[in-house]
Amino acid sequence: MNWKQLALGAATILALAACSSTKPAETAAPAPVDNASQNSGAAAGGAQQNGAVDPLNDPNSPLAKRSVYFDFNSSSVRASEKPTVEAHAAYLGAHADRKVQIQGNTDSRGSREYNLALGQRRAESVKNAMQVLGAKDSQLEAISYGKEKPKSTGNSDADFAENRRSDIVYQGQ
Amino acid sequence: MRLAFFLRQRGTACLALLMFMLPFMAYSEDMTIEFSLGANQGQHPIAVVPFKSETSGVAEALTPIIKNDLALSGVFRMVPTEGVANVPFTAADVKYPLWQAAGAQLVAVGSVVPAGGQFHISFALQDVAQKKTLTSGQFTVGADRARDVAHTIANMIYEAITGKKGIFNTRIVYVQKVGPEYRLQVADVDGGRARTVLRSKEPIISPSWSPDGGKLAYVSFETKKPVVWVQDLATGQRRMVANFKGSNSAPAWSPDGSRLAVTLTTSGNSQVYIVPAAGGSARRLTNSGAIDTEPTWSPDGASLLFVSDRAGGPQIYRISANGGDAQRLTYAGSYNVSPKVSPDGKSFTYIRREGGRFRVMIQDFGNNDSRVLSDGSYNERPSYAPNGQLVLYASEQGGKSVLYAATTDGGSRVKLAVINGSVQDPAWGPSSNP
Repeated sequence: MNWKQLALGAATILALAACSSTKPAETAAPAPVDNASQNSGAAAGGAQQNGAVDPLNDPNSPLAKRSVYFDFNSSSVRASEKPTVEAHAAYLGAHADRKVQIQGNTDSRGSREYNLALGQRRAESVKNAMQVLGAKDSQLEAISYGKEKPKSTGNSDADFAENRRSDIVYQGQ
Repeated sequence: MRLAFFLRQRGTACLALLMFMLPFMAYSEDMTIEFSLGANQGQHPIAVVPFKSETSGVAEALTPIIKNDLALSGVFRMVPTEGVANVPFTAADVKYPLWQAAGAQLVAVGSVVPAGGQFHISFALQDVAQKKTLTSGQFTVGADRARDVAHTIANMIYEAITGKKGIFNTRIVYVQKVGPEYRLQVADVDGGRARTVLRSKEPIISPSWSPDGGKLAYVSFETKKPVVWVQDLATGQRRMVANFKGSNSAPAWSPDGSRLAVTLTTSGNSQVYIVPAAGGSARRLTNSGAIDTEPTWSPDGASLLFVSDRAGGPQIYRISANGGDAQRLTYAGSYNVSPKVSPDGKSFTYIRREGGRFRVMIQDFGNNDSRVLSDGSYNERPSYAPNGQLVLYASEQGGKSVLYAATTDGGSRVKLAVINGSVQDPAWGPSSNP
């Protein structure tokens, strides 16, 4: 393990500690927002022993798909999306140390807060399906970005469909 | 009818009213809100004569601010002063026949005089037909307080003519998006003196004023999830007050400032909870298997309105602050969201989606009559002025969002045009200033 990996690991531990807090914390200034750790391909929290490849980092694994798409006005996991949910649920079932955040998104205009709740419903839908399939509640957090972070900003049906989505984000990735 | 009221309005304004902007709050230099006189059809024609020496010494000329405020109210119509052969600075200087000929019912005059490092500002409002003073004021302030005096003078004029409390010393909050950055902005009601109280690369939504105007609650995604924060505006100190597993959102202060209604998802769906304003454990208020969100308190604190899709689409409901059964308030339309109760508790404003438009509505609690306040194609998050006479909301135009203030009788609306970025999630602050 080199210094870079060590630093990344330390940053991850700090990030995890920050995320797991459920009590109000006093802070004097806005926390700096750092996207670097999220984009790094090396899974700092999941260093593999004996040189084995973590299927999470295998681009040919079904785990490479991290988005679950929804029909218009729907929060049900549709049949075409079930393999993605099943793959991640199975992986989490076999890796009790792994945690994911499921981030719901919406396409529609209208109230930001109502859209946040609609996105939450999509995230909870994926979370519930994963629990049924073997992941534990403690491994899963469903949150929502509502309409605040559209992946596609256009107004076509394809853009809207792209935004009707729950993203599966592994902690430490 | 107006006369009796006018007599009560005479007097000198209190300087304590003006002491609300703290010196160490830096104003943001790149904030570029422009105020435009969109509505100028008010029933009271008024000539506001530029004050003597107002462009030398004090930080900002007073009469442009006064005129903007008065136009914003929807009550006044500005009479040009340029062509009139009379430039009065005191009540005694006013040549009434000339102003009568110019079409003015009212003339405002004043002066700015240096006084030992400070400035002495005098003002009087004259009734042209009766040739008499309706209200007047004397102020001694530092150069940087001229803007506060201008808003106070606008309040005095507004109160003298309408009998209602002025709102020009209040502030508004909104989120401005500039490139990838979200900025939580606090500004004077006319968009002036805007400053950034929080910057983030992640979304900031749903700012809500504490009843004393000293704090803001809002939702920030800076920790990669929606968390409710409370920030003290004077000190900049901020803390998480709802950071439970799942999403934390939609903060609304109780009228006594001790609690916040918030939306949490710990039950596996979005439900309304009450948390102490300083943070702590949450008490569940609503109990449904559906989405319950966007809580807002009645002014007496006895009940809350919220949005629920328990009957299918989102509709507005009322519930006791102690919980229990909720009563549905909106039936017309399939999408009614973002309620706010009026300061007198008699009506509420909200957004209705109808025919692809998101309209600002006002509805009475008594008879449930609703009317359209603004019919633009896309509007969001209406909130009342503290005097209940205006509603602030965000509107989308040409791919950008702008702020509007509309009179609650629907007679007029004024645009706060934003040049850079877009503005969203506005909220009108309370009348009290710390």
